[in-house]
Amino acid sequence: MKVHSYERSFLAVGAFGLLACIVALSYATFGMGMHLPDRVAKVEPKNIRTTAPFDHPGVRKTGPNEYEAVILAQIWTFSPQEIRVPVGSHVTFTVTSADVIHGFDIVGTRINMMAIPGQISRNSYTFREPGEHLLICHEYCGAAHHTMFAKVIVE
Amino acid sequence: MSTSTSYVPGIYVSPTSAPVTTTTTVFDPAGYVVSAAERRVIRWTIYVGFIALAAGISHGLAQALSYAHINILPYFPFLRSYYQGLTAHGVANAIIFTFAFSNGFLPLMLSRGLSRPLHKSLLWTSFALLVGGNVLIVFAITTNRASVLYTSYAPLQAHWTYYVGLVLVVLSTWAAALNMFLVLRSWRRDNAGARIPLLAYISFLSYVMWFLASLPIATEFLGFLIPWTVGLEPLTDPLLDRTLFWFTGHAIVYAWLLPAYVSWYALIPRQAGGKLISDSLTRMVFILFLLLSIPTGMHHQYTDPGIPEKMKMLQGVLTFGIFFPSLATAFSIMAALEIGGRARGGRGLLGWIRALPWGDPSFTAQVLAMLTFVLGGITGLINASYVMNELIHNTTWVPGHFHMTVGSAVALTIVGVSYWLVPYLTGRALWSRGLALASSWIYAVGIFVFARGMISNGLQGMPRRTFIAQAAYSRPEWHLGGIITGIGGTLMFIGLVLFLLVIVMTIVAGKRGEEPTDVPISETLTAPALTGWEPNLDRIGLWVLAAVVLILIAYGPFFATYLPPHFTSPGFRIF
Repeated sequence: MKVHSYERSFLAVGAFGLLACIVALSYATFGMGMHLPDRVAKVEPKNIRTTAPFDHPGVRKTGPNEYEAVILAQIWTFSPQEIRVPVGSHVTFTVTSADVIHGFDIVGTRINMMAIPGQISRNSYTFREPGEHLLICHEYCGAAHHTMFAKVIVE
Repeated sequence: MSTSTSYVPGIYVSPTSAPVTTTTTVFDPAGYVVSAAERRVIRWTIYVGFIALAAGISHGLAQALSYAHINILPYFPFLRSYYQGLTAHGVANAIIFTFAFSNGFLPLMLSRGLSRPLHKSLLWTSFALLVGGNVLIVFAITTNRASVLYTSYAPLQAHWTYYVGLVLVVLSTWAAALNMFLVLRSWRRDNAGARIPLLAYISFLSYVMWFLASLPIATEFLGFLIPWTVGLEPLTDPLLDRTLFWFTGHAIVYAWLLPAYVSWYALIPRQAGGKLISDSLTRMVFILFLLLSIPTGMHHQYTDPGIPEKMKMLQGVLTFGIFFPSLATAFSIMAALEIGGRARGGRGLLGWIRALPWGDPSFTAQVLAMLTFVLGGITGLINASYVMNELIHNTTWVPGHFHMTVGSAVALTIVGVSYWLVPYLTGRALWSRGLALASSWIYAVGIFVFARGMISNGLQGMPRRTFIAQAAYSRPEWHLGGIITGIGGTLMFIGLVLFLLVIVMTIVAGKRGEEPTDVPISETLTAPALTGWEPNLDRIGLWVLAAVVLILIAYGPFFATYLPPHFTSPGFRIF
């Protein structure tokens, strides 16, 4: 099969570009610590309100400048509806759903996860600027989906 | 390009010397004519798709306007919620419109490529399954029993008619695939040692890929969702269902796209007056889609819990791999267009572009489709880049992206193909070339405007699948993008209304006797090789086996470490 030299060059440049993207992504993950949610643990949604840590949703300090925010998504609200963390804190979000699939998107940050009944979602983020972020359910979860949101206040 | 010198004028000019500004009528070297009986059922199959398109875009308009804070939902009869309409839009436009077209188009291309009749009983079976499935789906959606969106994420639970209806639609695609398989098998028996004609080969591979890809969603619906919705199983596993959905769900977009690629590779060069440059490269592109379309589904689940990060990353890398055949396609199609433009008298570096048949609505719609796909492809790479995916996942960025792929690369290609296919199938010439041209331009401008609004608002965090006009929250940054989205969506709607008008008028009032009498099959500059490694490209069974191995590598570790199912969830009907 003869491949025209223009085409060979075009494909080589394209392939190089794709490889460069993959290298950049690997650096973002392993060099800069930007991770995707990993497998954490299975839970039982029907007992979720009596299962630790979701029996006491909210923010707790876990170390110097380290916090864990435990948030339960349910139709059509997050609990708690507002969390406050200090500027510069590194916050690990631990999330699940009590009923259907919900979204968990803190607008303006990298925190963007699905909350799936039966699974724990976890990811962390360092809030460097003060301000108020919308926390939106961005997966359709029934008739009043568009009313489901909360706030993350960095102060 | 040096290859353009090998163009021999006259070879593929129609003997009836159709004027170059109308839909091309093509000389048929083999003299094979698809029978009127086959054309009839293929025509009706494709009409089902047009009806679905008409039903789906009306709510598409409502959604686009919702982003501009204009609520036209109260004017819709039957409609009880935004999400009911959104379900209808997704199912009708993304699933029914596309598969109805493919169920007619791909078998027709295979039949014409092999100069061999299809099995009429299977054509009718496929049609009956498609119609039967649609009756159930329309019942479920219009009565608000299935407002779960086309992704059908459990534990939102639809009425059984919705799931069974979708299963019947998938079965209709299997009937079409089986038809193609049987015809190709008998052709190969009669033509031992011959290479499969390119048009038939790529048409068949499109549905081979889809058949393989559809097995996980068949497992999800038949094994989990249907037993659960009728009460045989009280609980389901939402993550497993979702993973099975996306196991099929990324490949499904290639099942929509590959029929468009069939037209771009095998028909458009001829419509442009050119030739396809490479037979083997075209086959390799379709093989790569067969290999890579399926083991990439987890890039839709980057933000999901329960799936190890490394498995997501592996599928992310494979997703970058599947961009490669599209790069090759970009080059091949551009080269074929250049050959065509130069053959038509275009000179200079870019003069060939002006010489292309822009007066042919079929050609123009498909070239505009290709242009939108450039941005569609690039935004797709951004989706695949998982760190960036965390910024845009489930924002309006994503529908902004896929309206530039399925919503235009595919939809506008179907529009363009229909502009010769409907006349070919009905024996009636295209009604109003001017309106046909206008429809594509308006739609193409509309999609760019629409996507500009959706993409920018997605970057600002506006959620998709959300009734923004009545949301409990808002951000000032979303206002401008929302208005742009509303304007673009309105243009898209107008473009497709014009398309439907042209099609309906062609069917009822097109002039008889002036229609194209054959499929515009392109020639290639290099004939398929009979020796060396290239005939191995036709050993489709072997390539399917390779695809299965890749799928096992990509998905095996997930299932091995996850199963048995974690049955947790009863159904929720909260819509």
